[in-house]
Amino acid sequence: MGKPKIAFYWCASCGGCEESIVDLAEDILKVVEAVEFVMFPVAMDFKVKDVEALQDGEIAVSFINGGIRTEEQEHMANLLRRKSGLVVAYGACAHLGGTPGLANFFNRDIIFDYVYKKSPSVENPHQITPKLKTTIKQGELTLPKFYDTVYTLDQVIDVDYYLPGCAPPPDLIMKAIEAILSGNLPPKGSVLAPDKSLCDTCRRKPTKPEKAVIKKISRVHEILLDPERCFLDQGVICMGPATRDGCGSRCINANMPCLGCFGSTSRVEDQGAKFLSALASIIDADGEDEIKKITDSIADPAGTFYFYSLPASMMRRRIDIPNE
Amino acid sequence: MGFLCNWCSYAGADAAGSARKIYPHNVNVIRVMCTGRIDPQFVMKAFQSGADGVIILGCHPGDCHYKEGNYKALRRFHLLKRMLKQFGIEEDRFRLDWVSASEADKFVAVIQDMVSKVKALGPLRLTPLRPPMEKGRGADVQVKAHG
Repeated sequence: MGKPKIAFYWCASCGGCEESIVDLAEDILKVVEAVEFVMFPVAMDFKVKDVEALQDGEIAVSFINGGIRTEEQEHMANLLRRKSGLVVAYGACAHLGGTPGLANFFNRDIIFDYVYKKSPSVENPHQITPKLKTTIKQGELTLPKFYDTVYTLDQVIDVDYYLPGCAPPPDLIMKAIEAILSGNLPPKGSVLAPDKSLCDTCRRKPTKPEKAVIKKISRVHEILLDPERCFLDQGVICMGPATRDGCGSRCINANMPCLGCFGSTSRVEDQGAKFLSALASIIDADGEDEIKKITDSIADPAGTFYFYSLPASMMRRRIDIPNE
Repeated sequence: MGFLCNWCSYAGADAAGSARKIYPHNVNVIRVMCTGRIDPQFVMKAFQSGADGVIILGCHPGDCHYKEGNYKALRRFHLLKRMLKQFGIEEDRFRLDWVSASEADKFVAVIQDMVSKVKALGPLRLTPLRPPMEKGRGADVQVKAHG
């Protein structure tokens, strides 16, 4: 029997997830030794027809990163699903929709209008926007359809496991690959990371506020951040209470608050709503005007609390604008 | 959908019922021990499940059975209301008010007002979010030839 076949693929993502494989450093050699790559856009030159030529289920595991926002991405996700034994939603965008998922506060028309016409860096005298079909003298050109809504991978295909993070950290990647190669796998649908909150293991936990302390909410560039004290105690939004542990506190150690890329623990359905609850309960004000003054100082509550998880949230998108 | 606290507002609603007061039947009441127990996820879930409006009724400030649960509810309410607006849910669809155990008339007035405002807005138009294609293991999907 040959080596197990592995595919990587990217959808609506930045490419950082595929980079994170290359960033395994010397550990990548162990992976290369144990498996055969059949698709790996960032590093190797395979074509779609190479995947199409494989038997159904022939790929041991496909790691798919990025959310689904175009017809082509959906097609590739379905193709890889059909050809693979296991599919792992790799990284925050496949898992939760990620930052590209913030586009769910808009729709295709609003996005195209801004990106191709109104953005200050754009010069588009003929007001050209992408079309599904364009006829030129050599023939017809086509583009895949761009959806109004960004979907998480598991809203489009069946997903076996989730590897969270933006991008997933090397230790979790290696653990996941080893678990898959040895067949020593947790129940289907598991997130391959610890199931507790980031605050639980945060070294700043001793200074985490237990009662209402926030008089003012500041953004990171507005104050000098104390490198030891809990961000919430400093009045800075940190998603730690509503975010899953396992990232190694990379942001916290760099003196930046958590943005929530790991998503919530298994006990929470909606990360943003849960964080809102945690934050509001430590706001130190009882009068309505004072409460409003403090909460109004958060410029973009939904965009902040759902920074990574809007497509995976209960509402999934803004509902009062046209969307298919 | 109405979330009413056990100690004040649910008793107020009960009083309205015992006194045979007439109010719109559009509200589905869920009794909670305290408005401080209302997780913002409950409100999101209500809207997601098809509620056209959500009302939270609790003890007057200073009257909370657990001292400060209603203040917590108030803080969450203001932030959640702003956030729901960003999702496209109009302000009149989400309300918080105080109704004590003896305020049967206020309960009736608040519900009447809320229902008339929500009726004026009409149903909340949640677009059914279909996955773009039939979700599955990919077996039934026609694979198109790529160039």
